[in-house]
This record gives sequence, C-alpha cells and structure tokens, in this order.
Amino acid sequence: MRLYALLAWTWIRSAARYPLSMALLTVGVALVGALDLAGILLLFAHAPRIAGFTAAEVVFLYGSSATSFAISDVLLGTSERLGRHIREGTLDTMLVRPVSPLVQIATEDFSPRRLGRLVPAVTALALALPRLETAWTPGRAAMVVVMVAAGAAIFSGLWVLTSALQFVLIDGHAATKAVTHGGSFLTQYPMTMFGRDLVRGVTFVVPLAFVNWQPALYVLDRPDPLGLPGALRFASPAVAVAVCAAAGVAWRAGLRRYRSTGS
Amino acid sequence: MIEVVDAVKTFTVRRRAGLLRRARTTVRAVDGVSFQVARGEFVGYLGPNGAGKSTTIKMLTGILTPSSGTVRVCGMDPARQRTALARRIGVVFGQRTTLWWDLPLRDSLALVRRLYRVPAGAHRERLAELTGLLELEPFLDTPVRQLSLGQRMRGDLAAALLHAPDLLVLDEPTIGLDVVSKATVRGFLERLNSERGTTILLTTHDLGDIERLCRRVLVIDHGRLAYDGSLERLRATVDAGRMLVVDLERPGPPVEVPGVAVERVDGPRQWLRLPRSVNAAAVVAALAARYAIADITLREADIEDVLARLYRGDHSYEGDPLAR
Repeated sequence: MRLYALLAWTWIRSAARYPLSMALLTVGVALVGALDLAGILLLFAHAPRIAGFTAAEVVFLYGSSATSFAISDVLLGTSERLGRHIREGTLDTMLVRPVSPLVQIATEDFSPRRLGRLVPAVTALALALPRLETAWTPGRAAMVVVMVAAGAAIFSGLWVLTSALQFVLIDGHAATKAVTHGGSFLTQYPMTMFGRDLVRGVTFVVPLAFVNWQPALYVLDRPDPLGLPGALRFASPAVAVAVCAAAGVAWRAGLRRYRSTGS
Repeated sequence: MIEVVDAVKTFTVRRRAGLLRRARTTVRAVDGVSFQVARGEFVGYLGPNGAGKSTTIKMLTGILTPSSGTVRVCGMDPARQRTALARRIGVVFGQRTTLWWDLPLRDSLALVRRLYRVPAGAHRERLAELTGLLELEPFLDTPVRQLSLGQRMRGDLAAALLHAPDLLVLDEPTIGLDVVSKATVRGFLERLNSERGTTILLTTHDLGDIERLCRRVLVIDHGRLAYDGSLERLRATVDAGRMLVVDLERPGPPVEVPGVAVERVDGPRQWLRLPRSVNAAAVVAALAARYAIADITLREADIEDVLARLYRGDHSYEGDPLAR
C-alpha cells in the first residue's frame, strides 16, 4: 500500500513534466463521462420509466456501478497491460525489484487524469441519491457505502483475475476489456432490460450482479424480478472477498507459469 | 552464493500442424545444469544464442520457476522467495533499463532507495561513492530518456548497487556500448569485485569482457554445461592452434613442410594449421627457402575461435573461423 502510493506519486511527478497534456487529458476524460450521463438523462426525458425503474433509480444504478468501476479503474486499470509487458520483456525488470509486479503495473502512468473518471460517476450518484423514493433507514444508507466498496473490490478482483489470464493468453487484453468494461456497461442499466438467461449467467458466472444490482434491490426496497432469495442482497462483501481471493490465486499461479521471452 | 543442482527448464511450444491439429513439442532450454559459485568470484557465463544463458539467469533471479532440480541463491529459493532475494542481489539487463523513463536519474535512484528500504545515511554514502566511480555527476539531473546508452547503463549499474547487494547478475552489460563506456563499465566491475568483494555473474557476447574480467568461465551449449573452469584451461583444452596463411606468387599444389598440414587451398592462397608444438618461425623459414612467397600472415586463435570449436564439438576446417 505504501509502495503503491510511492510509485503512483512518482508517476504523477513524471506526468507533471507535461502539464498541458495532463490538464487536457483530465478535462477530456471528465467530458466523456459527462456525455455518458447526459445520454441516460436524455433517454429519460422520453421514457420516464425503463423496465419499471424511475429515472432517479436508473441514475442511482448507473452512479453506484460507475463509481465502483472508476475506483477499481483508478487503482488497477493498467493491470491489463500485463500482456504487453510480457511480450516486451519488461515484466522481467519488474520481477527483479522487491515490489509486487502487480503494484508496479497498476501504478504505471498513474496521473491525476485517472481521477477524472471518478467525477461523472460520483456526480451521478450524488444527483440520484436525494431523488430516490425510498424510505431511508441506517441500514439502507450503509448499504449504499457497502455496495460501492464491495463493487470496487469485485471490479478490482476482475481486473486482476482477467489480467492473470494473460499469463496464458499473451494477447488476452481484449478479453480483459470485454469482461471489465463490458461488465461495467451491464451494471449501469437495470438488469431486467436484459434477457433472463443472460442475467442468470451474469449473476453466477461473472458475479457482476453483486456489484450493485442485488444490494440496490435492498436499497430501493424492491422484490427480485427473478425471485432469488433475499439473502443474496447482502452477499456483496462475501462475493467481493471470493473474487479477490480467486484473483490472488490466479495471479500467483500465472506468475509461476510465466515463461518470459527470449533474449 | 549460488548453488544450482541439476536444474531443468522446459518450455512447451505449440505449433500448427495441419488445419486444426496443434503439435506440442517440449523444448529443454536448460537441461540438467549444475554449478556452484562461491562468494567473491567473478564468473563469465557464455554460450551461443538460444543456449540457455538467459533462462539460467532468469531462474537464478526468480523470474522463472525451474521445471526440476534445485536452485539456491544467497541461501534462498529464488522462485519462492523472489522479493526477499531481490533485496540481496542486484540485476542489470543490458537490453532494457530498470530506471523510470521520465524521471531524472537522481529521482530514479532516490526511488530505488525507498523500494529497497535503504537507510538515508547509507544511501547518501553509497550514492556519493557510485557517483564518483561511475562518473554520474554530469547527468544526475537529466531525465533517463535523454541519456545516452552508456550513461543509462552506468545509471542502471548504480541503481542495481545502491542497496549493496552481495551478488550482482549482469545480462549483457556492455551490449551496444562504445569503447570508452565499455572501458568505464569494465573498470568499475573489476574494482567492485576486487575491493568490495561483490560476487559477479556476467553473461556476454563480448569476449573482451570475459578476457578482461572473468577468472572463471562457464560455457553452456544446447542447455548443457559444456565447460566450467579457468579461461587458460579452456584455451588449452580446445587447442585451436594457429593458422598460417601463405600467399604464393603463383597458384600451385599444396606446399610440403614437415609437421604441418595444409588445410585449404584457394588459388595462390593456402591455409596451414600449426599445432602448439610447432615453431612458426621454422615453418616460415622452410617455406621461404622452397617457394616464392608474396605474403604471409599468422593468426592466433582468440577466445572466439576457441568457443566456436567448443560449441561445434568437431575439428573440421569447414567453416572454421581461423580459415576465414
């Protein structure tokens, strides 16, 4: 953790050598995120309810998952570069330093512009929360925090898990993106918009539904359209732990079978 | 310091064989290598491309896990205790830097201190010492990306040595360097080994490095250790002899000199192999007495020729570097 901060700070200083490009990129990233949000709001100007959810509820779903994803992306988004480091042999130089290569890759090119991704997500969440027609209890309020934190942990675990796959599939970074960015897209909309089987699959195969769908059902006090047991709504932290543990195991296994490149 | 017993590293290579079938072949990159390196030694690790040099280095530094056999460095199992071992050894890859591209060298070195948890006082002392020995002062504040290859290599050496490692592993440290930079790096390594007693293991294609620095040589070929011993004994073991190249005034049949074999004739030029026991001056005198000679050159086998003969494992003159 200390080393993560140290390396991130080093990269920020490194990026600060090109201040204009850093500022422009930060603004750019925030703009793209804001457009995303505007798209959702526009949709609601025409259809006040999507799949039985109000505009505020959808923005809440979007905001909470986007915040989780942005946190994980800020922390570990560059881990999908592992494949490139393997191909170029630069992973070798990381492995001879007394720091986890995961920390070294994750902090690579760390710059304040990464934080730009948090802005639209947090804004959406902040806009949606006061507009929800839900009876707030301490439990529900706490659940919002838990779901964002557990969601961030699940996404982080997925980053690492899928990056670890690149030890096997050297050109797997497209696969990584499909699971993480694709997953982030899925959770930004109410699950009922998608087919029933797809949702089943996503709930059990890639535990993305726990990022915000199940806990959100609790916060919004709604019955599960699939009729799954109510206990699942509190399972997010357990799923997060499981995903992170699996990620840890996969990463270690990947490092063990790492083959390096010639030279 | 280093103990390798029967280390094997195999890679599975998948190849397309037909439309859907994939053929799997197992390549034994390192095939049962054993050796020991004691504290304070300076060892050169040689071999042609693809012989298993880098694979061995990567097993020693914990980058690769051996398929079988045991590897111990500083009393540790590199693959299992990679991070702990990283604090005890210094590693330099000639082909790629471990420094941070956009940071000035000084900041990179300061970061290395934090990563290796070197106390500030000890760091200051070592940095001053290394700055002097490697002549880093003029470019300490230059971003790494603007450094020349020779400057970068010296920076990399400093970064690898700031935590005072017991063992320094160098993978082709002089590759691509100009003569002056090479001399600085070699002189530095020599002092590091003799004055500080740092154990050094070095792979190289530059045989000048070996002749100047290494008292002991390991030669690996096809994943197996082909030679382990002193450089002098290597020369004696593989007696490449000397080659006398004679240019006659006119093309003619092979010359006849007692005790010497003509290995090759090409027009007026003839190649004669001289074993160590034959006196070259006597041969030249005998030749001059009997033939009209335009020119004569004598080529001494250098370490490159010796290795070429060792790698090939035969003594035919076809493709013999001395007969070029």
